[in-house]
Amino acid sequence: MCGIVGLLVKKPTLRPRLGEFMLPMLIGMTERGPDSAGLAVYTTPVGQDQRKFSLYAFDPDFNWQKLAHDFKQHLGSTVSITPRANHAILTTHLEPDTVKIWLKENYPALHLLSVGQLMDIYKDIGTPAQVAARYDFASLKGSHLVGHTRMATESAVTPSHAHPFTAGEDFALVHNGSLSNPYSIRRKLEPLGIEFETDNDTEAACRFLQWRLREGDDLETALKAGFEELDGFYTFLIGTRDELALVRDAFACKPAVVAETDDYVAIASEFRSLAHLPDVNNAHLFEPMPEELYVWKV
Amino acid sequence: MESLDLRKISVRELNRFLHQEVPARNIRAIEILNPDGKHNLACGMDAPVKIDIRGHGGYYVGGMNKQAEITVHGNVGWGVAENMMSGCVRVKGFASESAGASGHGGTLIIEGDASLRCGISMKGIDIVVGGSVGNFSCFMAQAGRLVVCGDAGDGLGDSLYEAVIYVRGKIKSLGADAREEPMTEADYAAVKELLDRAGFDCDPKEFKRVASAKTLYNWNADANQEY
Repeated sequence: MCGIVGLLVKKPTLRPRLGEFMLPMLIGMTERGPDSAGLAVYTTPVGQDQRKFSLYAFDPDFNWQKLAHDFKQHLGSTVSITPRANHAILTTHLEPDTVKIWLKENYPALHLLSVGQLMDIYKDIGTPAQVAARYDFASLKGSHLVGHTRMATESAVTPSHAHPFTAGEDFALVHNGSLSNPYSIRRKLEPLGIEFETDNDTEAACRFLQWRLREGDDLETALKAGFEELDGFYTFLIGTRDELALVRDAFACKPAVVAETDDYVAIASEFRSLAHLPDVNNAHLFEPMPEELYVWKV
Repeated sequence: MESLDLRKISVRELNRFLHQEVPARNIRAIEILNPDGKHNLACGMDAPVKIDIRGHGGYYVGGMNKQAEITVHGNVGWGVAENMMSGCVRVKGFASESAGASGHGGTLIIEGDASLRCGISMKGIDIVVGGSVGNFSCFMAQAGRLVVCGDAGDGLGDSLYEAVIYVRGKIKSLGADAREEPMTEADYAAVKELLDRAGFDCDPKEFKRVASAKTLYNWNADANQEY
């Protein structure tokens, strides 16, 4: 069992309150996922030639200033670093591949969670309330987010195994369910140059989508290919730079409910995570159908 | 009317009140405020009391109900009235999956749609749905009746036993061993009685009957595991 939440605020004036509206949604899913929590939030984009890197350090006292100093020394470029507990967002003009290689060589213990222009990822072990407090989720601002509370059933409880997972820039996936063929997917994709970081089943789904998108599929076509290839149960919630997308497998064993008003679209595994939202009792409430793709644009 | 507010008391306190105080004080009507999608509301009732839940319920609303007449003024999550024995549960909005699962008796009325697996393994309950039902409804249903005023999804009545299904709209597909059968006068009368119970204004003549072909009742070695 796991819990998923998603929130997209339609009015730009509500963007500063995204984290505040979301926090009770995430904490409401504690019983479905008490061991880890995480989210991907879409904020104001960095400049056209810039990229943001979401980084995780196991050591809470990690010296981010030293990293910034070394970065400038080695690569000759300034970098901005915004730490939040074990996480930091690194923003730079340099090519993503240059930065990735430099990080791997100089800071191999750091975990690179995502690269993009809008998306920041925070994920860690602990109850949703603990993780939210550690990273001050209530203060997050932005247009949309996807979040997850995890009850691990098939792989270890570590920050790397927590959701969301990414597949390419500004793409995040959270998953409620379980897949029974993650290893065969992995055996199929690795020879095609798709790299895996964990043995988590959701990562396999994410890499599968990454591969389909790389091959030129749009999100809908990629997800339809997933109906054939991904064996198991899932409700997927996906964030892209300007969309939230929701899909359930044919058997729809994993729940989801949607509430839409003029102000927001909110998605959660169960209604109790939506009950606090403003005017939710007058919202358009519905349950997504199996094998149908629901997409909301920012 | 006695009123209990779930922003002031816990679900456990609510259910303890419903189980102990309601019969002891012979309370006949009670309302529950701010359910906020909480689970297990009014489960395990065994008293002739009218319960109004003012808002959306979570999972298992009215589960194992005996005697009580429960109305949810909103939607419900999974397993509403699961294993109900008697009494009535009415949902004014829509119901999520497995509504009325394994219910033995009583009436479950859903005014909106019911999601997948409505009436799964039902054992004598009557379910009347004003809207449509999702895929795999009445899977392995053993006894009782399901009336659907809208459409039915894929795999309706797969591996049915003695339960009977009446559908007014389209059936996307029938499950293994389920078949359409001609309506008899007894069927029209049954549908009319159930629609009247629910207060739904539909013409019984518009319904078709789905029941078990009973080809799965006995092992058939020649079928070579293909049904």
